[in-house]
Amino acid sequence: MDRNKTYPWYFASGALLLFFILCFIPSVIGVFYSFTDWNSFSDKVSFVGFDNFKTIFIGDKSYLTFIGNTVYFTVFTTALKTILGLIFALLFTRGIKLANFHRMVIFSPQVLSYLIVGLVFKGMLHPSTGFLNIFLDKIGLDFLSNDWLGSIKYAFPAVMAVDTWKGVGYGMVIFIAGIQGIPESYYEAASLDGAGFMQKTLKITLPLLMPTLIMTTVLNVTYGLRVFDIIYVLTNGGPGYATDVMNTAVFKEFSRGNYAVGTALSTLLAVFTMAISYFILKALNKKEEY
Amino acid sequence: MKTNKVIMQVVQNVIAWMVSLTVLIPLVVIFISSFKTEAESYTLTLGLPKKWMFENYSVVVERGKLLGSFFNSFTYASISTLIIVVLSTLAAFVLARNKNKRNKIIYYFLVLGIAMPVNYISLMKVLQFTHLINTRIGIILIYAAFALPISVFISYGFIDTIPRELDEAAIIDGCTPSSLYFKIVFPLLKPIIATLFVLNFMSTWNDFTMAIYFLNESSKWPMTLAVYNFFGQYSTQWNLVCADIVLTCIPVLIVFILGQKYIVSGMTSGSVKE
Repeated sequence: MDRNKTYPWYFASGALLLFFILCFIPSVIGVFYSFTDWNSFSDKVSFVGFDNFKTIFIGDKSYLTFIGNTVYFTVFTTALKTILGLIFALLFTRGIKLANFHRMVIFSPQVLSYLIVGLVFKGMLHPSTGFLNIFLDKIGLDFLSNDWLGSIKYAFPAVMAVDTWKGVGYGMVIFIAGIQGIPESYYEAASLDGAGFMQKTLKITLPLLMPTLIMTTVLNVTYGLRVFDIIYVLTNGGPGYATDVMNTAVFKEFSRGNYAVGTALSTLLAVFTMAISYFILKALNKKEEY
Repeated sequence: MKTNKVIMQVVQNVIAWMVSLTVLIPLVVIFISSFKTEAESYTLTLGLPKKWMFENYSVVVERGKLLGSFFNSFTYASISTLIIVVLSTLAAFVLARNKNKRNKIIYYFLVLGIAMPVNYISLMKVLQFTHLINTRIGIILIYAAFALPISVFISYGFIDTIPRELDEAAIIDGCTPSSLYFKIVFPLLKPIIATLFVLNFMSTWNDFTMAIYFLNESSKWPMTLAVYNFFGQYSTQWNLVCADIVLTCIPVLIVFILGQKYIVSGMTSGSVKE
């Protein structure tokens, strides 16, 4: 059987063409436009070298804040989602009552739109009319109530908490599937040798979950770096620049017509994301050889 | 020892309930508030409405022009999902079956897109150039294009598990490549097609970013953008905003409940070693 005849490569051409035109080309010309003064005010586009990158790294301090915030957001939400997801997965594979119900509930925000989740929490976290502050008031903890989304101190933690609320179920479900794939006999053998729950978790469950952990970490990191919707809806980057990340900055440049600076930021983000994904895959793959 | 075990059990159950309630309460508050009067919904609480205002829903549909947006979202989600299913399984089929050097390069090129962030501004340039900006067909193609990498990845892994002997038998019996694909392979792909359908329908329905960048006529807006705009106009009338939120969530919740097992299998494919 001639494979090239039986499986003609042009079957892939539709996917390839669509991907090439709408995903690959924009990324490539984006790199090109990063070195120009492209904007919405004039039709002329001229080459300006590294000026846009100079603006981002040296000229205006706020851009460095956006980059820092993006990294901060990515690190914290990835850590929170992974750790909490693991804890929940361990909890729900230990014969708890109604485990399936709990799993479904915790997973359910995953299917909602980030926009919807953002609106829900804009209501819940409102300083005077939101559920959280009213609830804290009622149980006598009113000293804890805050302008969650409006204060420089709490806005970013609040946004990250909402993002974790939405995303934690994803990792949990994947970890549960991974844990259930580990043969029971491993644990029985460990029990015979006198291993406790902690030892079993550290010596059996975690190492065997490594491939799953790698995948979810990469997905959480690439999500975190390109986060936009949830922040746009909850705070739109405010107060001040407290919660501005790279993609909210790109949208602001887009709205103002500063296309070149926007594409330069996007290009930086793409380079970061590809590099970081590569290194995570590489670093974590090494540890997999147990 | 025995009491210790019982205490552990109780603690575990209490933690589980606390987590579940943290997820449930915001959703329940929104649902209840969608039936309240404007005054009652001014503060968001778990209290039941004194009078159930079912008419909030008809008011929202009318004022938010939701019928049009619902139709838009439905069109975008179903057509782009259809394109994704056909293109990604076709591509995955030949790339997984014939792993020569060229096909491997094509595969990695496509899959690279999973981690690649979108460059929205230069994408706008491409859309202007191809006259796809601010058009329905344009946004459908965008959704399809950006969902291709992960869809090809999922289909590729699945096609690898289908025995190749089937193809050989079919070819000996005189199948052409396209009849081999459509008559023999495609029917076997049902589970993965269900997964692709559910995941992509939900993500397109839920999208907000592409719409806010590339659709500037309100008649073309999907539900998410219509809700956001509605919130901007009626941000103090939480009863209406809540009803709008509930209406936007219903279709994805239905797809979620019907397609639950496909969602999990899609998410875990590739990330869990069998």
